[in-house]
Amino acid sequence: MGMIIQGATGDWEVVIGLEIHAQVTSKSKLFSGASAAYGAEPNSQVSFVDAAMPGMLPVINEMAVEQAVRTGLGLNAKINEFSVFDRKNYFYADLPQGYQISQFLQPIVGEGKIIIDLKDGETREIGITRLHLEQDAGKSLHDQHPSQTFVDLNRSGVPLMEIVSEPDMRSPEEAAAYVKKIRSIVRYLGTCDGNMDEGSMRADVNVSVRKPGDEFGTRCEMKNINSVRFMQQAIIYEANRQVDIIEAGGTVDQETRLYDPDKGETRSLRSKEEAHDYRYFPDPDLLPLEFDGAFIARIRETLPELPDDKKARFISELGLSAYDAGVLVTEKEVADYFEAVAEGRDAKLAANWVIGELFGNLNRTGKDLSDSPVAAKALGELIDLIKDGTISNRIAKEVFEEMFDTGKAAGDIVEEKGLKQVSDTGAIEAAIDDVIAANPDKVAEYRGGKDKLFGFFMGQVMKATQGKANPGVVTEIMRPKLDG
Amino acid sequence: MSLDKATVAKVANLARIKVEEKDLEPMAAELNNILGWIEQLGEVNTDDVEPMTSVAQMSLRWRADEVTDGGYAEDVVANGPNHEDGYFAVPKVIE
Repeated sequence: MGMIIQGATGDWEVVIGLEIHAQVTSKSKLFSGASAAYGAEPNSQVSFVDAAMPGMLPVINEMAVEQAVRTGLGLNAKINEFSVFDRKNYFYADLPQGYQISQFLQPIVGEGKIIIDLKDGETREIGITRLHLEQDAGKSLHDQHPSQTFVDLNRSGVPLMEIVSEPDMRSPEEAAAYVKKIRSIVRYLGTCDGNMDEGSMRADVNVSVRKPGDEFGTRCEMKNINSVRFMQQAIIYEANRQVDIIEAGGTVDQETRLYDPDKGETRSLRSKEEAHDYRYFPDPDLLPLEFDGAFIARIRETLPELPDDKKARFISELGLSAYDAGVLVTEKEVADYFEAVAEGRDAKLAANWVIGELFGNLNRTGKDLSDSPVAAKALGELIDLIKDGTISNRIAKEVFEEMFDTGKAAGDIVEEKGLKQVSDTGAIEAAIDDVIAANPDKVAEYRGGKDKLFGFFMGQVMKATQGKANPGVVTEIMRPKLDG
Repeated sequence: MSLDKATVAKVANLARIKVEEKDLEPMAAELNNILGWIEQLGEVNTDDVEPMTSVAQMSLRWRADEVTDGGYAEDVVANGPNHEDGYFAVPKVIE
């Protein structure tokens, strides 16, 4: 499944590792009581701690600790009962402290692993190196004034989890699947909203190339990518750039590069290299972060069923295909909706309706599941009407469209429009007799061996009954008549 | 461990401290004295001694996740030399 670049000197393999920054879902900041909500008036959610006024001291938010542990458990990772906050020193206008409080040598979460879902139901295991807690910086706006940069510190001190992967991915698709899986897991856990547009999740992407089986090559890092699509484009561009350099006899410099989505290329940020000497040291304002096994156990008890377990259950207990199960579990809201529809019903039929008709109509109208006009209960009632023979599958699709457009209940639509399936054998028999009488030549051909014409007769009967005849009943009555 | 003049210049630059060329050499000597003094501590046998993280016998204090602060943008930006529309205004930072 890995991506291979065919160079002049042979095949090259791409090696990718990711650092994902995920904003912790919490009311307040990591070390202050100011709000961590998105989108407020500039500097209105800033305490003197976040503005780094002299003498202000950080006090850790217990929710941020819990969320980091919960996420670590969701990543099947080792939780460290002892971790340390360090200062990462650099100067920038939106970093009032002159350092970011982060965790360097002793993070709160150690090694873990997740399973990523690839095309055709294939899966791969990707290693997690670590997860640590850190502060976000403020925000700089460069385009508001001709000669000045505006700084908003609302984000300053917002809690982030940095989730670092092993360099285990070998293609842009695998990197995309990894980001999607991390997003899915944190959303299930309720530890990050996963909103890439608002910057709640963003990724630094490390890319290198090598001949298959060789040692890792020198890597370049592309920072702050906030879309899965851009990330894939950046990986493809960067991997090809590195192959071209090496094959031309050059060497790749280890550096930070910026991906420019407008130009579709990466460019060097070499001028800032010296700024990457962060001189980490333990933050003297903060004692080590310690908790015990009971604290971890208490959080473990609150973990929801995670996507992998849910997928396995949908396959083994509900009989869904790996593909359908995978589609349904990605978002917790979708899985919950599906389970509400499937409860006490044919799960495969429920899955078909959710993935086919519901998703189709949501896509068509650009809606999310959260504003779907058809609630799970309403879709369930429609399925019940199919199952008890009130309407055919074909009529049901029409009814669904109407439900989607008007928000009416399935039963009401069937009643109003007179769509009830006709199982009345007298009426069906009359229609069949009419069709047979009207098509003597086709009947002769059928009796002469053209079995396929059965479909033609079925179509004619359906037409005569406006699609309301029960196909099972039609077959039962018509076949002996045609066979003569 | 020993610092040379170039390292002192680099560290000063990273810390945004201006050090005159003529002061680099003497400062390197001073810092090396301090480092040498610290290195003496390496002579103490610390086998079987738990690393000490604080001189006070206390543990990190945690706070509940409640919004208890903020909401005074004017007081915050008043600490900067210049502000506009609720933002700190600083000389243009060009990437």
